[in-house]
Amino acid sequence: MKETIDQILYSKYKRQIKKEKKIVTIWQVALFLLFIGSWELLSSSRLIDPLLFSSPSKVITLIYTKLGDGSIIGHLSITLFETIIGFLLGTIFGIILASTLWSSKRVANIADPYLVILNAMPKVALGPIIIVALGPGYVSIIMMGAIISVIITALVVYSAFNEVDPNYERVLLSFGASRWQCFKEAVFPATLPTMISTLKVNVGLSWVGVIVGEFLVSKKGLGYLIIYGFQVFDFTLVMSSLVIIAIFAAIMYKLVEKLERWLIKHTVS
Amino acid sequence: MSFLSLEQVSHYYYSPTSYTKALENISFSIADGEFVSIIGPSGCGKSTILSLIARIMEQTEGHIYVDGENINDSSVQIGYMLQQDYLFPWRTIIDNILLGPKINDTISEETHQQIKQLLDDVHLPGTEQQYPDELSGGMRQRIALVRTLITNPNILLLDEPFSALDYVTKLKLENIVSEMIKRYNKTAVLVTHDLGEAISMSDRIILMDAKPGRVAEIFDIPESIRQTEPFYVRRHEEYQQLFDHIWQYVSEDTVGERNHNHEGDN
Repeated sequence: MKETIDQILYSKYKRQIKKEKKIVTIWQVALFLLFIGSWELLSSSRLIDPLLFSSPSKVITLIYTKLGDGSIIGHLSITLFETIIGFLLGTIFGIILASTLWSSKRVANIADPYLVILNAMPKVALGPIIIVALGPGYVSIIMMGAIISVIITALVVYSAFNEVDPNYERVLLSFGASRWQCFKEAVFPATLPTMISTLKVNVGLSWVGVIVGEFLVSKKGLGYLIIYGFQVFDFTLVMSSLVIIAIFAAIMYKLVEKLERWLIKHTVS
Repeated sequence: MSFLSLEQVSHYYYSPTSYTKALENISFSIADGEFVSIIGPSGCGKSTILSLIARIMEQTEGHIYVDGENINDSSVQIGYMLQQDYLFPWRTIIDNILLGPKINDTISEETHQQIKQLLDDVHLPGTEQQYPDELSGGMRQRIALVRTLITNPNILLLDEPFSALDYVTKLKLENIVSEMIKRYNKTAVLVTHDLGEAISMSDRIILMDAKPGRVAEIFDIPESIRQTEPFYVRRHEEYQQLFDHIWQYVSEDTVGERNHNHEGDN
């Protein structure tokens, strides 16, 4: 008897959750439709200038034709490639830099003011110098995608290294472990969750670096399309590129989030 | 015959703005297979002594000898159990136990046999593939004991290993640890706040003063109590008498303590 009452209450609770979820979804879809609808309406009734703000129907038509002739795929794949490589380089070098700082207190002390300056510096401002140094090609753009996340990754991971409970090291030291063994067996694995959460931040930062890099030099890529559309006053092209960037940046973010969950499940129990 | 001996050991902790004298002229020796407890107020440097013996830190002054040899030159294996188990949560039980052998590169078929035996000894057979968070506090501390014993240490250092456990678990664990130490004939040093625990487990008790840490008194535990298992010692007829006797000295200390400000144990 009691069990059935429990179950009734529980299913009531579940129904409530479902209902709440439905309401949220309805609102999300409604807002989206409202935004697209009013954009289209305002544009076709010329309340906003269609030359400047384009319209959803024009954007969709353009994306559709560009997908048809395959030209957008080329731009998209080059930008994706640069972003992914930049993201990986930034993260990996950030972690290597953090490990170097951890390996010697003295090195960390010496590097401290330089790290503060590099961290405070807006990295995209280094763009012109990077391009002069590495040439106006995708190497420079990848560099921009990497440099934007490397210092912040190093700082976050380094402070996480220092927050690992020293008693784990004591256990290892009592077995006669070296400093490197302490790092490998305790400090590094204990910090994995932090490193994984920096991935999510870095993927967004790499998009910024790569798009700005493409603004500055490239002849291909989504950032190039935006700047090109701007120069020839083709704002439908600018809007289309923005829509594609939004979609793929969201997809990448979700993939990294999936990776995060998988890694946490398999490394930290 | 003395196996482990400290001679005139002093230790200072330095910080940019001040220094603390944690230990002053500590001298005592421990025979092979003996179980010695160190008790005393917070800040008396009990844990520091263990860190020095464990070679995690080096004393500022004085010498520590094992078997007549300077401890830093000696190849003696030392096991160290901390207040909490500090099992690595991302490693399975077996991988946690194998940490010591892995670091010393001594994993063999025999190691696995030994682990099986030790897990049986602590009543936790078949837990190899589980993760630490699947076990209770008492179980985890027993695994930590196995992890310490698997390197086959000659000296076992116990830094309040039972303080984080509930009373019943603590008593049971005292029994297991005491039995294991006798069975495998280890020399052991226990640091504790709990006088009852010290009496029930050890052969000798070293009482320390704080600020700076000094040896105040050394008490021998009568044979009759030493022969009794820790679980039953607290009901032994001589227990209360001995407890009261040592308590006089301990409480004298505590009264003196009130006039000082004192910091943490470490």
